[in-house]
Amino acid sequence: MTDDRDSADETAWSSEHGSYEEWLDAIANGEGYYLESPAGYGSLPPRRVCPHTGSPALTHKPLPESGVIVSVSVVHVAAPGFADDVPYATAMIDFGPVRVSGIVRGRDPVAVKTGQQVRIGVETRETTDDRLVVFRPVEDS
Amino acid sequence: MEPVRVAGVGLTHFGRTPARTGRELFAEAADRAFADANVDRSAVEELAVGNFMGVDAERQGHQGPILADAAGVQCPATRYESACASAGVAVRQAVRAIRAGDADVVLAGGTERMTNLDTPAVTDALAIAADELFEVRAGVTFPGAYALMAQAYFDAFGGDRTDLAHIASKNHENALVNEYAQYQREISVAEALDAPMVASPLGLFDACPITDGASALVLVSESYVEEYDLDAPVTITGSGQGGDRAALAERTHIAQTPAATTAATAAYEDAGVGPEDVDVAEVHDCFTIAEVLAIESLGFYEPGEGIGAARRGETTADGQRPINLSGGLKAKGHPVGATGGSQIAEMTRLLRGDHPNSDHVPEATVGVTHNAGGTVASAVVHVLEVDR
Repeated sequence: MTDDRDSADETAWSSEHGSYEEWLDAIANGEGYYLESPAGYGSLPPRRVCPHTGSPALTHKPLPESGVIVSVSVVHVAAPGFADDVPYATAMIDFGPVRVSGIVRGRDPVAVKTGQQVRIGVETRETTDDRLVVFRPVEDS
Repeated sequence: MEPVRVAGVGLTHFGRTPARTGRELFAEAADRAFADANVDRSAVEELAVGNFMGVDAERQGHQGPILADAAGVQCPATRYESACASAGVAVRQAVRAIRAGDADVVLAGGTERMTNLDTPAVTDALAIAADELFEVRAGVTFPGAYALMAQAYFDAFGGDRTDLAHIASKNHENALVNEYAQYQREISVAEALDAPMVASPLGLFDACPITDGASALVLVSESYVEEYDLDAPVTITGSGQGGDRAALAERTHIAQTPAATTAATAAYEDAGVGPEDVDVAEVHDCFTIAEVLAIESLGFYEPGEGIGAARRGETTADGQRPINLSGGLKAKGHPVGATGGSQIAEMTRLLRGDHPNSDHVPEATVGVTHNAGGTVASAVVHVLEVDR
């Protein structure tokens, strides 16, 4: 089992729409984006084609500055990688063309509610140094 | 198309047996299935078996031939993995093989060893059923994902934790007489409500336990039944599978499970029945809210109407359409990769009249099983009918 792809090819197809890590970098730099297909569907990288239509014609669009919480839960029992983060508010945020999951900080977890406006950012977990998608209430920023 | 008969079913007791390997569990279930079927194991032409976390829990991949050895069958053997729907998918492949005329006798089912790992390690292992990039790394746990679905359901349709507690209480009551169940003990609605919170609004008693166990089914063609004059009154008349985006955030409506609707629609059409014909169902209640979403996707209730079904007594053992007479995943237990096969074993016993809870459905002729993977990114539905 060998990998015959040359490195130039690999660079070409891995960077076209960004990797997950590059997407986090972009959010951290205030340049969060999503991918839009000609039919108007939004998706997040890494993508080669639109998951809804299969279209390869994906364009980069700026992620809206804020989104709305569509559902939230306070997690008391977490995976080992989040053991020191509990309790935390896990939430799903609607940005219009895409929805993104992450942790809401900057407010008591039990006070995080559906319908609240939040901004997206990148922070690290309490438990490890791994980067994490974090949302903070709009009024705090 | 060759009809598929259930010649025999076998289960292990579901519970905590950390020292027993997955292969030992499957060997026991297979033994019981062969004895129940009165079919010689040398007749088996294929093995289709579900397993989810054997790589993590036992450092054992390539389970197909391992489990064929354990069951004493010499045939092509494949392990299927679709998270918690692994065994449902395996059974579906067995059904397709028989219908296609590729085989007359297939051994199907699944096995899972979980309790040899501690709870954090199991939590980690189960998390791999979710989207690693956009869910696991974002702190979305498996209970957390179902909690998001539950909260979205409450927001969209109403309902509350008490409705969910009635489901937990009902399924525990159903398991009291089931000799294979992990928890043969009652819990009251008040106890369920008082349990520690796991991921709000879901508490400990909204969640199924961590379970070791295996299931096995001897599935045969109708012509095989006739040739060997087998007593196999239950037929799998419908099979359907549906899929959805793996990450919950990528779904249109997180308080519904369209993959299960797709699977159910296909299975009903296959069997030539509709939801109104179904007398009894075993559904994938890994969390109490999952039972609600299941009975709505199966067409028993409109979206938003399923939440109160247990509380109203419609899905209890004496209700109009009992749900999870086995105790469900909630009380019977959920050895992940075995569950889909276990549901069909329980439904077969219920319809044949040899299940401890058969007395609640003496006239039942049509039963449905609903097996779901992840947050229902995979769903398999089977329709079983009995000759009466």
